[in-house]
Parts: sequence; structure tokens; C-alpha cells
Amino acid sequence: MLHGLGAVYLREMRILKRRFKRHIVGMAISPLLYLVAFGTAMGTEARFDGHTYLEFLLPGLVAMTSMTQSFSTSTEINIARFYLHIFEEFQSAPISNVAYVLGEVLSGMTRALIGIVLILGLGAAFGVILHTGPWFWLAAALNAFAFSSLAVLLAMIVRSHGDQALLNAFVITPMAFLGGTFFPLDRLPEWAQNILYALPLTHAAQAIRGDVFGRPVVWAHFAVLVAVGAVVFIIALKSVGRARD
Amino acid sequence: MIVIENLRKQYGAFTALDGVSLRVAPGELFAYLGPNGAGKSTTIKILTGLTRLSGGSATLGGADIQTDPIAAKRQCGVVMQHINLDSDLTLVENMDIHGRLFGMSAADRVARTEELLGYVDLYDRKEKLVSTLSGGMKRRLMIARALMHNPSILFLDEPTVGLDAEIRRRIWGLIKKIQNAGTTIFLTTHYIEEAEFLADRVAFLDEGRLRALDTPLALMHRVGAWAFDRLTEDGMKTEYFPDRDSAQAAVTLDAGGHTLRRVNLEDAFLTLTGKTVV
Ligand SMILES: Nc1ncnc2c1ncn2[C@@H]1O[C@H](COP(=O)(O)OP(=O)(O)O)[C@@H](O)[C@H]1O
Ligand SMILES: [Mg+2]
Repeated sequence: MLHGLGAVYLREMRILKRRFKRHIVGMAISPLLYLVAFGTAMGTEARFDGHTYLEFLLPGLVAMTSMTQSFSTSTEINIARFYLHIFEEFQSAPISNVAYVLGEVLSGMTRALIGIVLILGLGAAFGVILHTGPWFWLAAALNAFAFSSLAVLLAMIVRSHGDQALLNAFVITPMAFLGGTFFPLDRLPEWAQNILYALPLTHAAQAIRGDVFGRPVVWAHFAVLVAVGAVVFIIALKSVGRARD
Repeated sequence: MIVIENLRKQYGAFTALDGVSLRVAPGELFAYLGPNGAGKSTTIKILTGLTRLSGGSATLGGADIQTDPIAAKRQCGVVMQHINLDSDLTLVENMDIHGRLFGMSAADRVARTEELLGYVDLYDRKEKLVSTLSGGMKRRLMIARALMHNPSILFLDEPTVGLDAEIRRRIWGLIKKIQNAGTTIFLTTHYIEEAEFLADRVAFLDEGRLRALDTPLALMHRVGAWAFDRLTEDGMKTEYFPDRDSAQAAVTLDAGGHTLRRVNLEDAFLTLTGKTVV
């Protein structure tokens, strides 16, 4: 049933490898700007959750990067569908939808991993070395799984490149800014907190930051990430058939 | 090998295929001839799993495309009308991914890639990126890729569209060679000569319906054996005759611009569908 998964994954990795340098530079630019701009502007005096702003921001950037990098799978699939038409190779190959979706999801998770390592490296360059335990990596992996699955789902449903750009503008960018990346949520009014806790990224950011700061594990964050990931993955499986029209 | 029963396809309210039935025998080279928009690509897309059918059924080597799509797909190679290659990967990488999708072993993938890239004359470029290839080379690479897993049925959707005459001849030679190796070929085209030159049997498709299906010779004989083209005040008129003598008799009646020639597949298409192909 999983036959073909390796081919789907390997293809994404070969493409990534071919433009790895460009990719790394592109991936580093915006976190670098945030670190320079916010990190230095906020200084070391102000305290956020009892930490300097840089210490607070970095785990948030990890969550955000694992989301944006895994979600960028949708752009790759779009290129494969509407520009290269190579997606037809997968449609006409004797492989199951599970193999296809898992192959793409794993490629998204790999991109997320590369992004996270890059953020940790940038953080170290700014003098902040994050403690990363198993819960950190689990939360990041679940977050990447959920957003890779969402990427596949949306890439199957959209009808053009343009639709894809709209999705990025309306779903991913707002979530990146609101999902607990840049500021502590407890400073917001309760109604706003309620809204933000409906976003999976918020839970990922909280779970990742919790591990970095050595706080006790909040199971609810992990439960939400698992539930969202499972539901989106299943819908993504169904959506592959919808791309056949 | 290919059995299509009453195949229908709707795109919304538009009917692209309106009850097509046909059978292709093992080893046959079957040409699906029709003007742009006739429904040729739609048929291939349905048979190879790219599009869902709206009605009817189809089996490939006995496997139903709806109830057993994986078994159906395993037997097929497909070359689409448009280029669908990974342009940022090398020729070998494109072949290799295809082989993996069809579950080929590493040794088979390497051996088959070498063999096929030689076969389509692209061996020298195997480590180059696909984006560096010309249109004709990309087409040949697509044919090689489709043959990678040794399919028993090969679908070719307008394999020579947009290529110049010399490359077209070269691809025709390649297609004949593939058929001689025992592969069943389902080819679509809107070039009359292509169908006439290559096909064992030809189906005329127009507006989603089959108008005729037979050997090229039989289709031409339905019209006649000789044609007499004559320039009249309302344009070109063609008359068909069962033999040369009766055609010759018509020629002497008229002194204006005219040609006496053998009937070709285009005459058959025109007469049987009331349309030109191109
Ligand atoms: N995805 C689609 N949505 C709507 N109409 C389509 C779609 N694909 C093809 N058609 C229409 O169906 C008809 C048959 O198309 P096609 O099978 O590509 O023809 P051919 O390959 O014979 O040129 C055309 O009129 C075309 O415009
Ligand atoms: Mg076509």
C-alpha cells in the first residue's frame, strides 16, 4: 500500500538538493530580519514570560518556520500540477493515495526540520542556545505533519497558481503573525486569546516554548496538534481523487 | 487488450465523450483520429487515471479502470500531448523516479534507463538537466520514460504535434519499432498521414462520438478508390470513383484546374464525418 512513497519523497528531495543554497538563503532572510529588528529593538531589559525577548522569540520562530516550511509543499505541488504537469506521473502510476500523500508530507516535514535547524543556528549566532528536548521535537514534528497535510489538501483543491497565492495571504501569513510567535498571548483580552487558541500554530508555539523554558508538559497542546493533523491528513487523502478532473 | 464500453465524459454541462465503444487487440497499433476538441486526450486521460469517467466502463488487459485502477495502471505507459517532465532533474533522475513508481528494482532501473536512453538516442545527455533539451528530445525522453516499466499498452497522445517533418519521421520509426516488440499502441493524432502511415486500424472521432472504425484501407474503400478534384465557381469539389477508368472519364468532361488522384484517408474522414481534420 505504501509502495511509491519513496519515489514521491525522493523526487522532492532531489529538487530541494538542486537548489539547496538558494533555498537556505531564502529561508534565512525573514527570521534573520525578525531577530535583528525585534531582538535588538527590545533589548535585554524587557521580560517576556520571564525571559529576554530573543529567548521568547526564538521558539516562536521555530514553530512559525516549521509551519511555513512544511506548508511550502503546497507551492511545490502546484508547480508540479500546473506548470510542469509532472503530477500526471503520480496519477498514472500504480500507487495508492496514501503513498502519494505520505511521500509529500514527509518531504514537508523534512523541509521543516531543515528550517528548524537553521533557526537554532541563527539563534546560536545571536547568543541564544535553546534547550531542545523530546517534547520540543515532538511538537515541531506534529506541527509540520499537520501543515504538510494541509498543504497537500489545499494543493489538490486549488485550480491555479493564483488560488495558491490567496491561500498563503489569507491563511498562513495571518497565522504566522498571530499564532503566539511574536508576543505572549496572556497580554491579550480573553476573547482574542480564545480565537488564537483555535489556531493549531498557537498550540505548537506554546508546546515548543514550554519545552524550551523547562515548563511542565501541557497535554492539551499535543492533543490538539494530533487531532488537527489526523483530520487534515484524512481529508488530504480524499482530496487526491478530486484533482482528477 | 483495451475494451471501452459506452464511455461518457461530462465537463459540467459540456459532453466531451458521448458513448464511445471500441476494442483494441493485443499488439495492435490503433489510431484515434479527430480534430482538436474531439475528445482524444479526454479518452486517454480517463484510461490512464488522470480523469474520472462520467459513464460507461473500460478495462485494460482485463483490469477495470474503476474497480482495479492499480492493476490497470501497472500495464500502461503514457506519453501525454504536452511535455510533463521534471525540468530541474536529469534525464536519468526522471527515468529513475518513474521506475521507482512502478516498483522496479535498482538493478532493473539502471539497466533499463541505459537501454532506453540509447534506444531514443539520448544516451549522451543522460546526466544533463531536462531543461537543456529541445522539444523533440523531450518528446523522445517521454517515450523512453513511458517504456521504462515495460508496459504492455502504450498510450501516445499526439506524439509528433509541433515537431518538424524529419523528427516526426524519426518518431514514427520509433513507434513502429515499439509495436514490433509486441506492445499494444493506442495513438491519437490529428495528422491524417500519421494515422495512414502507422495504424492497423483507425477510429474517426468527432465531437465525442465515433463516426467510423476500420483499417485505413477499408475506410478509404468506403469512399472509393480514385478521387477527382475540380475547381469550380464555389471552390474545390471532389468526386469519388470506384476505379481509374470511371474517374478518367470524368476528367475529359472538364478542361479547368483539376487533379486525378488515389483516395486517401482524408477523403474518408471528410466524407464520413462531413468535416476536415485540421
Ligand atoms: N478540464 C476540462 N474542463 C472543461 N472542458 C474540457 C476540459 N478538458 C477538455 N475539455 C473540453 O473537452 C473537449 C475535448 O477535449 P480533448 O479531449 O482535449 O480534445 P482533443 O484531445 O481531441 O483535442 C474540448 O472541447 C475541450 O475544450
Ligand atoms: Mg488532445
